[in-house]
Amino acid sequence: MRLARRHGRRLDLRHGRIDLSHGAGGRASAQLVDEIFRAAFDNPMLDRGDDQAAFDVPAGQMVISTDGYVISPLFFPGGDIGSLAVHGTINDVAMAGARPLHLAASYIIEEGFFLADLQRIAHSMARAAREAGVAIVTGDTKVVERGKGDGVFITTTGVGLVPPGLGLSADRAQPGDVVILSGSIGDHGVAVMSKRHNLGFETDLLSDSAALHGLVAEMVRVAAGALRVMRDPTRGGLAASLNEIAQQSRTGCLIDEDRIPIRAEVAAACELLGLDPLYVANEGKLIAIAAPEAADALVAAMRAHPLGRDAVAIGEITADDQCFVQMMTSFGGGRIVDWLAGEQLPRIC
Amino acid sequence: MCLAIPIRVEALLPDAMARVTLGGVSKCVSIALLEDVQVGDYLLIHVGYALARLDPDEAAQTLAMMRESAQA
Amino acid sequence: MKHIDEYRDGGLARAIAATITREAVARRHYHFMEFCGGHTHAISRYGIEDLLPANVRMVHGPGCPVCVLPVGRIDDAIALAMRPDVTLCTYADLMRVPASAGRSLLRAKAAGADIRMIYSTLDAIHIAETEPHREVVFFAIGFETTTPPTALAIKLARQKHLTNFSVFCNHVLTPPAIRAVLDAPDNAAIRIDGVIGPAHVSTITGTAPYQSLAADFAKPIVVAGFEPLDVMQAILMLVRQINEARHDVENQYARLVTARGNMIAQLAMAEMFERRASFAWRGLGELPHSALRLRAAYADLDAERRFAITPTATADNPACECGDVLRGLTRPVDCKLFGTSCSPESPMGSCMVSPEGACAAHWTYGRFRDRARAHAGRLPA
Repeated sequence: MRLARRHGRRLDLRHGRIDLSHGAGGRASAQLVDEIFRAAFDNPMLDRGDDQAAFDVPAGQMVISTDGYVISPLFFPGGDIGSLAVHGTINDVAMAGARPLHLAASYIIEEGFFLADLQRIAHSMARAAREAGVAIVTGDTKVVERGKGDGVFITTTGVGLVPPGLGLSADRAQPGDVVILSGSIGDHGVAVMSKRHNLGFETDLLSDSAALHGLVAEMVRVAAGALRVMRDPTRGGLAASLNEIAQQSRTGCLIDEDRIPIRAEVAAACELLGLDPLYVANEGKLIAIAAPEAADALVAAMRAHPLGRDAVAIGEITADDQCFVQMMTSFGGGRIVDWLAGEQLPRIC
Repeated sequence: MCLAIPIRVEALLPDAMARVTLGGVSKCVSIALLEDVQVGDYLLIHVGYALARLDPDEAAQTLAMMRESAQA
Repeated sequence: MKHIDEYRDGGLARAIAATITREAVARRHYHFMEFCGGHTHAISRYGIEDLLPANVRMVHGPGCPVCVLPVGRIDDAIALAMRPDVTLCTYADLMRVPASAGRSLLRAKAAGADIRMIYSTLDAIHIAETEPHREVVFFAIGFETTTPPTALAIKLARQKHLTNFSVFCNHVLTPPAIRAVLDAPDNAAIRIDGVIGPAHVSTITGTAPYQSLAADFAKPIVVAGFEPLDVMQAILMLVRQINEARHDVENQYARLVTARGNMIAQLAMAEMFERRASFAWRGLGELPHSALRLRAAYADLDAERRFAITPTATADNPACECGDVLRGLTRPVDCKLFGTSCSPESPMGSCMVSPEGACAAHWTYGRFRDRARAHAGRLPA
């Protein structure tokens, strides 16, 4: 990587902290960007050092998505705010069936934040982006006074290209469609909770944070015409996503509790804390609604991919003008899986 | 609010505490409300305290009664 | 999960349900009240009512300490929390409960009050120890299950010589509440034939306190565990008692409940607390000897004395029917506010805000059944 600018003494990455000069737009800001972000992200577009990244627009429909990340704690088993910020926005783009092209990242950093932690986050983002084959091509940093921001907040924006003929939308589910889940639920929420001191339990469970665009590409290849909706169940869990889809499509949904994969540790942690795993956040899973004739082929294709090994059809879309999401419990009785009122777990994403 | 489930004691700790484990998840709880807690006991845990010790013989009898009810 | 999964076996559930259906006398109606909010939650979450025959119905009781907490006490807690020197520690269940004038602990927190959600009283003690400049007040609620942990926290505060810790005590007792519910007028719309007694309260109290209730009202009481098979078994036991014209106290939860209960816990409660002459329960009104306060010896740890809290009696919203719902006299779906102005997003009363409240449980898990039993004009669109 060629640094266009030269700075005096290098940043003290071991003991140094963010101070207000790093956000002032002057020499200190430039040094921060160069020695932490550009050093980590290392790509030609970013290296031009412009305030924006220029790229050619491919033919077809594009999507753009943005998300803010305020997760606490910043570092958790299986990831950190950086990798989460990359995976999360790639996933939002991928849920349209689109191929992610570029990412932008902006940082709001609290005065006093350790440069070592910022570098760790930057490296984590770089690795996540590299593994996903998507580059962080432009960004911004701001600094706020101590006490006005909880360490660091990150916003990422992603653009992607939708394959021709694909028109996924949450209002396209139809009665008879199959509901497919790509894997176990609740891993991310529980992994994060395990780190929060005031909840006091330990587990070696990892967050499932992952970029899903590779899995999505496989699904599109196998069943493009039959895919109606895709959604990644983050905040609010599986329950929130199914309710959103039901509302927007004006349909109901019926799922089978026995078919929903859940790891033993996640089930145990939820028991201990009185949480319903249906409402716990996931960061590496997706729901797909597909025409019934394509369901088997779709599940098979998903299972052939590392991020879809436990893919399973969990239920179907029904006709229901009240848009209830109903579940047959393992016990045998029925219940609805309602919209959650309020936040079960704050600062989970 | 009355949320409580029986969890296995994995280790006894000082100050009337114990480490309990459920499905790979561990937690430290107070056992100040019980006497003679042993590793391997199943304790009912509620808001960070063990309230009662599970009697495995009674549990077996309860399950047997349920199976009887199922066949009655 | 051992000692848990065995009691969630769907196959066994259907078989027991078949037995209940066979043994419930055809022309008879059986109405059983599950007293405890945990049972209400289990019944709703597992869809147990779908497995019962039409002539066996559950009536949801008031055993949810959040639901019976009078609005005035939450107002008092909010007033405490708004003091700049106070850190109010509370169980998460209380955060969204509506107090008067649209207030709640959650909104008070947003307005700057130092309110901390804790999982255990040990957390509150820890905060008091590590933040000696703060006046830490623990907002204590709950029946006999939750009272011993508060008692131990008081003991610990005393041992550690903490001068910045106190308890705002709202602990209530189960037997007086069961008595108030069974004491319904003869012309009540719903007649309760038997009671499913609380699970974890009973691990502390034992089954002995229910004997006089069963005798005085001639109604059977079966103490049941929280798992769905426990509830099914207890319903069967109640059906059998009714059929045999018995009114005994039976213990379905013998693996964790004994006749005497937890003596260490009972002694701790007796050491720290005494019964108030009377206490206003939301929905049930003033009940004598039904609630606890700290003994004089622990006056310095009593937030009511330390902060000179004068009880504010606040009337409920006149249209709110939580009181009748708590007594089992009205079903959630028959309250005019249910699903219209009252829902979990905007709860008018505590039956809707606590997940164990009858209205919230029905709304969250069961309202899809209202369609089949629709009453024109009374149900949410």
